[in-house]
Amino acid sequence: MTTTTPPLTRDLQRRQSRMLKLLDSERFLASAMLLPAVIYIVLLVGIPLITAILFSFSDATMASPEIDGLSFNTFGAVLNDPVFRRSLGNSIGFTIISQASMVVLGNILALALMKNFPGKWFVRLLILLPWATPIAIGSIGWLWMYDSVYSPIDWIFRQIGLLGMQGDRVGLISPAPNMYWLGQYGPFSVILVQIWRMLPMSTVILMAGLSSIPQDVKDAAEVDGVGFWRTYFQVTIPLIRPIILVAFLFGVIFTFTDMTIIHVLTRGSSDNSTQVLASYAYYKGIDGGNLSQGAATAIFMLPVLLGLAMILLRIARRSEVR
Amino acid sequence: MAEKTSVKVYRPHIPSPARRRVNRLGRGGLQAVIIAFFTIFAAFPFYWMLIATFKTNQDLYRPINNPFIFNQSPTLDNLKLLFNETNYAVWIGNSIFIGIAVVLITLLLAVPAAYALARLSGRLGEQLGILMFMVYLIPPTLLFIPMSRVITLLGLRDSIWSLILVYPTFTVPFCTWLLMGFMKSIPADIEEQATVDGYTRFGGVVRVIMPLALPGLLTVVVFSFTLTMHEFIYALAFVSVSAQKVISIGVTSELIRGDVYFWQSIMSAGIIVAIPVALIYNIFLNRFVAGFTLGAVKG
Repeated sequence: MTTTTPPLTRDLQRRQSRMLKLLDSERFLASAMLLPAVIYIVLLVGIPLITAILFSFSDATMASPEIDGLSFNTFGAVLNDPVFRRSLGNSIGFTIISQASMVVLGNILALALMKNFPGKWFVRLLILLPWATPIAIGSIGWLWMYDSVYSPIDWIFRQIGLLGMQGDRVGLISPAPNMYWLGQYGPFSVILVQIWRMLPMSTVILMAGLSSIPQDVKDAAEVDGVGFWRTYFQVTIPLIRPIILVAFLFGVIFTFTDMTIIHVLTRGSSDNSTQVLASYAYYKGIDGGNLSQGAATAIFMLPVLLGLAMILLRIARRSEVR
Repeated sequence: MAEKTSVKVYRPHIPSPARRRVNRLGRGGLQAVIIAFFTIFAAFPFYWMLIATFKTNQDLYRPINNPFIFNQSPTLDNLKLLFNETNYAVWIGNSIFIGIAVVLITLLLAVPAAYALARLSGRLGEQLGILMFMVYLIPPTLLFIPMSRVITLLGLRDSIWSLILVYPTFTVPFCTWLLMGFMKSIPADIEEQATVDGYTRFGGVVRVIMPLALPGLLTVVVFSFTLTMHEFIYALAFVSVSAQKVISIGVTSELIRGDVYFWQSIMSAGIIVAIPVALIYNIFLNRFVAGFTLGAVKG
């Protein structure tokens, strides 16, 4: 009895200490903690990403989803498709127009919101609503605002004489009682919703930037008697330039890859005047069942995203060094 | 005093105090106008949704009626239609269930990963962190086609489990990134102290670091939940059975029957979801912004 227990306990102790050492060992602990997340991401992001690229070099469809051989045929077909070219142009155009205006408007709004005033939290809540609401829900609100007959915007336009009132008055814009926002003005309407949606986010980012400017810099400008506009353009803007860029780039990423607004509002329009890469890829790949062409269409977003990510990381690194 | 006069020599254009007061007043007025304009721009669709919720058909569908007030007495019929004749309650249930499941998966995967990246692996950790960020930037609109193949192969099509499986692809990288920054801000000394006090590294993490990281964890919970509420394309591509739909898809697809739009019910369906989600989101927004602006913003 007494002779058998000591080796057992010693063995147990050794095993225990090995366990402890393992738990204390940095490398082991780190990889054990990282592994689940890494495995998940490799399986459900990495492999689909590679599959998306493979699909776009294949001729896979919903009916025969196997990748038989790789060729550039799909890319050729996609590039020759006028709707694809239109979508690519729209994606780039909508994104640049909406995000450029968003940066300007966001700066104005952030500046106005910097000072305290009564009811500020409520105003902030209202201004942030578009960003906090699920985008499909926000878009459906706009779908009704843009209604071809009952649009409340048209009602206002009729009241102030911009639109005609069923024959009895001639409107400044048109004698018709309605604008048909999602017809001829489709691109404008879509861009407006994109601005509406992204403005809160860029404003909050810019406000964070503005409040990070040290008070003594502002004081110095004031003591020196520098006017508001000069301070703004020669002191404030240069100081928060990286943050403006961050707000812009995030806006670009979200807008460029979005299909929800388009899907809810226009489905790309019958003449494809509001079709974008993401929505076209969806209609081709899922609704049309053409996996390879859908994937090839979507893959055109990848280089843009990679470029933007690189710039973002460079900004981040520079500000960390500082 | 001497300094002030020397300043005057450099900049002769100091506005008089009276002039400055006028400037300030003008700026205050301008500020009010700007804020009013943007508030109306942002909130107008929601006001419109709210008022449409209670409008009768006869009131809503008359182009000459003022759309911003009740021309006839408000009604609850649209809400009744929404809850009695559609799967609205089911969609809300689905969205909440998916949200909770995704939050749990996200916590399980992201918390250990974030800690490891923040503390343990040095240079490699930094590079892996950057990789996480890149993964977050890969949008669902790029991955949905192969993903829909994966879902079909797994036999999960038309089931909410497909979304539970796939949604962590964007919550995990984002939350890992956010938590990583959070954990970096907790001094390593505290942990060393715990080790000195006799905890193992692991025990120290669980008993000392986790309580300190609680605000970060709460942020992650809120954002994982709201991000799943916001998601659209996977839900649209994977699920077409009404009883398995989430709120965004149900509202935008099923309240429009052919040419008949149940506008008031659509608007009420929207506003009921929008307000609570927006309120929760709002509380945590500053952290959210700090999270994805990579610490470039220090506010």
